[in-house]
Amino acid sequence: MSDPVTIPNGRHALSLVPKAEDKQTAKEFKSDQEVRWCPGCGDYAILAAFQSFLPSLGIKRENTVVVSGIGCSSRFPYYMNTYGMHSIHGRAPAIASGLSVSRPDLSVWMITGDGDALSIGGNHLIHALRRNVNLKILLFNNRIYGLTKGQYSPTSELGKVTKSTPFGSTDAPFNPVSLALGAEASFVARTLDSDRKHLTSVLAAAAEHNGSAFIEIYQNCPIFNDDAFEVLKDPSSRDEAVIRVEHGQPITFGPDGSRCVVRSGFGLAVADTASVDPADIVVHDAHDADPTYAFALSRLPAGSDALMHTPMGVLRDVPRPSYDDLVRAQVEHAATGAVPEEDLDRLLYSGDTWAIV
Amino acid sequence: MAKQVRQLDRVVIRFAGDSGDGMQLTGDRFTAESAQLGNDLSTLPNFPAEIRAPAGTLPGVSSFQLHFADYDILTPGDAPNVLVAMNPAALKANLRDVPRAAEIIVNTDEFTKRNLAKVGYEVSPLDDDSLDAYAVHRVPLTSLTVKALESFDISKKDAERSKNMFALGLLSWMYNRSVEGTEAFLRKKFANRPELVEANVTALKAGWNYGETTEEFAVRYEVKPAKLPPGTYRNITGNLALAYGLIAASVRSGRPLFLGAYPITPASDVLHELSKHKKFGVVTFQAEDEIAAVGAALGASYGGALGVTSTSGPGVALKGETIGLAVMQELPLVICDIQRAGPSTGMPTKTEQADLNMALYGRHGESPAAVVAASSPSDCFYAAMEACRIALTYRVPVLLLSDGYLANGSEPWKLPKVDELPAITVDFATEHNHENPDGSTSFWPYQRDPETLARPWAIPGTPGLEHRIGGIEKADGTGEISYDPANHDTMVRLRQAKVDAIARSIPDLEADDPTGEAKVLVLGWGSTYGPIGAAVRRLRGSGHQIAQAHLRHLNPLPPNTEELLRRYDKVVVPEMNLGQLSQLLRGKFLIDVIGYNKVRGLPFTAGELETALEEIVKNV
Repeated sequence: MSDPVTIPNGRHALSLVPKAEDKQTAKEFKSDQEVRWCPGCGDYAILAAFQSFLPSLGIKRENTVVVSGIGCSSRFPYYMNTYGMHSIHGRAPAIASGLSVSRPDLSVWMITGDGDALSIGGNHLIHALRRNVNLKILLFNNRIYGLTKGQYSPTSELGKVTKSTPFGSTDAPFNPVSLALGAEASFVARTLDSDRKHLTSVLAAAAEHNGSAFIEIYQNCPIFNDDAFEVLKDPSSRDEAVIRVEHGQPITFGPDGSRCVVRSGFGLAVADTASVDPADIVVHDAHDADPTYAFALSRLPAGSDALMHTPMGVLRDVPRPSYDDLVRAQVEHAATGAVPEEDLDRLLYSGDTWAIV
Repeated sequence: MAKQVRQLDRVVIRFAGDSGDGMQLTGDRFTAESAQLGNDLSTLPNFPAEIRAPAGTLPGVSSFQLHFADYDILTPGDAPNVLVAMNPAALKANLRDVPRAAEIIVNTDEFTKRNLAKVGYEVSPLDDDSLDAYAVHRVPLTSLTVKALESFDISKKDAERSKNMFALGLLSWMYNRSVEGTEAFLRKKFANRPELVEANVTALKAGWNYGETTEEFAVRYEVKPAKLPPGTYRNITGNLALAYGLIAASVRSGRPLFLGAYPITPASDVLHELSKHKKFGVVTFQAEDEIAAVGAALGASYGGALGVTSTSGPGVALKGETIGLAVMQELPLVICDIQRAGPSTGMPTKTEQADLNMALYGRHGESPAAVVAASSPSDCFYAAMEACRIALTYRVPVLLLSDGYLANGSEPWKLPKVDELPAITVDFATEHNHENPDGSTSFWPYQRDPETLARPWAIPGTPGLEHRIGGIEKADGTGEISYDPANHDTMVRLRQAKVDAIARSIPDLEADDPTGEAKVLVLGWGSTYGPIGAAVRRLRGSGHQIAQAHLRHLNPLPPNTEELLRRYDKVVVPEMNLGQLSQLLRGKFLIDVIGYNKVRGLPFTAGELETALEEIVKNV
């Protein structure tokens, strides 16, 4: 029982998932169900990007599972021609954990929203990240409760007027990326629904990552919180608002790279590129073992809606043994040479037994 | 001088002391010695929820009662023949249960002014006439132990802590049990501290020798081995048997066992035990909370595992929504509820069977689940296997009810042969099951087996059967989202019909009615089996006619339940709740059953049931 078990590390996330024999297409990943999100919903773009991206993994479609909770985004599995489970509010990380741990041959994707993941399911989310379960978690953040028709969510900005906050919200919001980093997540990224290329690149990086991958996707709700992320999309503001991070690249942004990120005290700050020594510009290191840097990066956004200077991309991507691998290593070690029926017999007849003749 | 040896057919001993005195261990060891000797036995540990309540106080008293006999017995005994009281609190807390003329062994060293004051004794009961009705043995257990260990290089505290072994040695001498097993046990337990092995073994032997030499004990007793059916036996607690039953179901079904659990009294031992058995492919997931525990189990079931969660009442309350999801998704799920006294935190270490209503109805909507209950510690093994059989065959959540009394109590178990255990057949769907009008085929995840009404279990990784399930109402057959009114009505009825169909696979309820002339039937479920059986035996012994039946399946009930109940003029239903099964039987069958209900956190005694049942039997 206490025999040492070798801890696997650096295993590829999909190494145990069977490969597809033929090339697959996005169309094959579309289910026959009519998509029923509101016209103009950001979810459409994410769905299309996801369906187009999955064939690139080259794994069998039947070994792909999409698990969701409750909310608009959580209808996602119905539209995927894979295995899927639309579960209950907030509990998708727990359900997906049980599935992932017991089935290493599956690629498990979890779809959730800001209410589902950060409010009712906050506990499960942080513990899935802490354990590093081999799940790819896509958090669609629209900063509002859509399916229940427009109450403020745990990512809504302070003072936001909604159906349940006619005088403005008095709740301080979560920064989901900061939260995930605080929960020991080994992969944390952020992207935007309308930027298909970037979204796809982040999905690809997440798929490669062994363990939990957390992706916050800013997603527009045209009905209850329209244009919530407009500052990140509008050509006149986006260059200043969005900080693209790429591993190994100096972090510059703004028109012609006129802005950059430098160290400041215990954290990071935004500066004018022209006024700093180029050597002082932070070079993005997603592989930094210490999460402090990624956390500092996640704290850059400013402004009343906390969107100005929003880092986009893979903030953190570090190797850490996945929970699945650790569990399996123990089981495989113990089960070597096991003969279940005989072992059961031995188990039942173990301990102090006596015979009556 | 050889001491007198008296033959007895049965004895009830209660070891009582402070939580830190090691009474559970002492009881366990005496039980193991008695089991090895071949006595039939039944045990009742009773301890506070606090790990270490203030020393010497009444709330800190922990006890272990053991009933052993030369014939088959059913309960841990109503009242002790011997009380071992390690301190004044133990004496005070237990004296009311001790019948006159019983023997009491007290550790006089602990009867200090301070200890007496802690429990409100103004005068030591050893010094006044309050114990005159009992045969009291005054033994300075602590100082005798310390003296026996004088030559050891251990602290006084460690020496004093060995006093439970001295007491065990003394009792082992009194009842002629071998201490060899305990010696071996101590050598293993303290393997890393050899000085403690020798100290404890010396204390054990000193206790034995004390009995042999002192004038205080003039009589030894002998309880011969019981004439039990031939076979290999071991002593087993309910939680251990339940854990083994889950493993057995996994082995016999070929489905890997996945346990999601959050620590909770008195269910944690199921998690502890299963975490040891990875050899069988068992995965134990200690979840962040009760909800995650059941969620992970359901996720594992979705993937084709045998998904199980173990908990107690407060945990079941939290799991309700996920159990409802399992009802909707029609996936196998076993929820083990080791019941404890509620509501809320209630009395976590005390037993009760008041979760029946929650098991049956504790979800929103029309949400039928199967309910199975264990009747004795060893029966937890078979009840667990049966719960898994139903879950895997019918793709339905099954609540498996045990309780604190079964969980921690023990009895000898005649071990089964593995190849004689029921085989559980699981067939995964691998092919399309529906032909479309155009001749093409598709997979309908909610197409049902005509016999079981179970839907196909198509696990991820099966090509061509990709499908989506969820908590939203399903269209009959296709499983697609449906808000159609008639379809909802159909599906609600189908889910109920599926659970009802389980009745076709379970045996009829049988009454134990030796003469066939009884007019009164006593019907129980769960852990009341032992006390009811013992009471029925006593009544028959005094010439009364009474029939007994016991329910393993609470939902659905065995198909002949109503017919059987109607055979009797009166049906009595003892329950450790306010009448939950009674209410069910009245509601279902319009039969005016008579309840006998007590909720004290303790199992019924055979004596109280005998009295209550005798009143009824005499008056029909």
